[in-house]
Amino acid sequence: MIDKSVGSAAEAVADIYDGATVLIGGFGEAGSPIELIHALIDHGARNLTVVNNNTGSGHVGLAALIENGQVGKMICSYPRTTNSMVFPELYCSGRIELELVPQGTLAERLRAGGAGIPAFYTATSVGTPLAEGKEQRSFDGRDYVLEQALKGDFALIKCERADRHGNLVYHKTARNFAPVMAMAARTTIVQTGALVALGAIDPETVITPGIFVNRVVTVAEPAQESKLVAQGRIYP
Amino acid sequence: MSKESSRIGWNREAMAKRAALDIPDGAYVNLGIGIPEMVAQYVPEGREVIYHTENGLLGMGPPPAAGEEDPELINAGKKMVTALPGASYFHHADSFAMIRGQHIDLCVLGAMQVSERGDLANWSTGASDAIPAVGGAMDLVAGVRTVVVITQHCTNAGEPKLVDACSYPLTGKAVVSRIYTDLAVIDLTPAGFQVVELAPGVSFDYLRQRTGGKLLPRP
Repeated sequence: MIDKSVGSAAEAVADIYDGATVLIGGFGEAGSPIELIHALIDHGARNLTVVNNNTGSGHVGLAALIENGQVGKMICSYPRTTNSMVFPELYCSGRIELELVPQGTLAERLRAGGAGIPAFYTATSVGTPLAEGKEQRSFDGRDYVLEQALKGDFALIKCERADRHGNLVYHKTARNFAPVMAMAARTTIVQTGALVALGAIDPETVITPGIFVNRVVTVAEPAQESKLVAQGRIYP
Repeated sequence: MSKESSRIGWNREAMAKRAALDIPDGAYVNLGIGIPEMVAQYVPEGREVIYHTENGLLGMGPPPAAGEEDPELINAGKKMVTALPGASYFHHADSFAMIRGQHIDLCVLGAMQVSERGDLANWSTGASDAIPAVGGAMDLVAGVRTVVVITQHCTNAGEPKLVDACSYPLTGKAVVSRIYTDLAVIDLTPAGFQVVELAPGVSFDYLRQRTGGKLLPRP
């Protein structure tokens, strides 16, 4: 019997080790697995490389993980957002590393990582500083830059509904990076709003097939990051 | 610039309105943050335009009514939006396949500088103390079929944003095809910046004094 459900967020993240690469879903607060991130803060793994589109906001979720000194390097496309103070301060004082990646290249590097494709050519960033030092090649008269796949040791993502096989359905634009991160990580950890019976999700509507998922923890009423930030909450 | 001269030309709404006139019926369009976002509300009636937001939605609608907000239904600027009938959600790799695979017809972006060859700089001043952030800008200019820019003609300090060569780091090379500013509509041509239309009260000489690079009068 396959049952990927686990009892708690703490249990779900317990084996994340120092130095791991952790893919964290979300675009701003949409899709951010805030309870899993807070469990990772409680757990305390350090020197993490974190992949996310942004760097969190306020002093909760991803921003709190960074503020807690657990992240050595961020790989992201847009490290500045409204209410993001933690990363900018650490970056400006040289205490955190940044790999800046165009958003589509970030998504495609993850997809490639999950699909067994080691690298691919793209026109994005050609002629810009982000292409410097990268191999370039011309196809049909147009220049392309070689980008390497990106894989994670772990992925932390959020969905709306899941079953015990790990089939996932998301909520609106909270889907964003989660499906490609689930593919690209060796161990994919999901927080779901509801764990439903096998068969309750129409196979035609499964967005992430369970083969890409390892653990599912139910968080029935996830916190809303912007509300926590507005309340001035600080985690832990 | 004097207060008098700063009143000449189009305001932000008029710039957005002017750009909206050029959006064809049936187009799939991505709008950047800022003035570009305003374009949607001015598209002439009778044209059906489908808006793409790179965080995973085609068929984006206007901001939600009070009480209808969903913090997980947002646009690329992280503002809450709605999904119109016929909308679809998808993940980031599919969303950027739409962009990079040349499926999006048009994108409207802001700019720090545009060169007379159509090079765009809109993501970084290159200042050593700045935190670089690129988002989807480089993907959009590399993949969208037609890239147009809406921007003030000059910086707040009065420096031209239309230049012979960008001094800021590029977003893409030779990617811009048209620019809408507060002073004019300008096409990028092999010969330089080609004036298409001047805002009311703006003369060619006035425009030329505020434009770097080669500016060509209306034919």
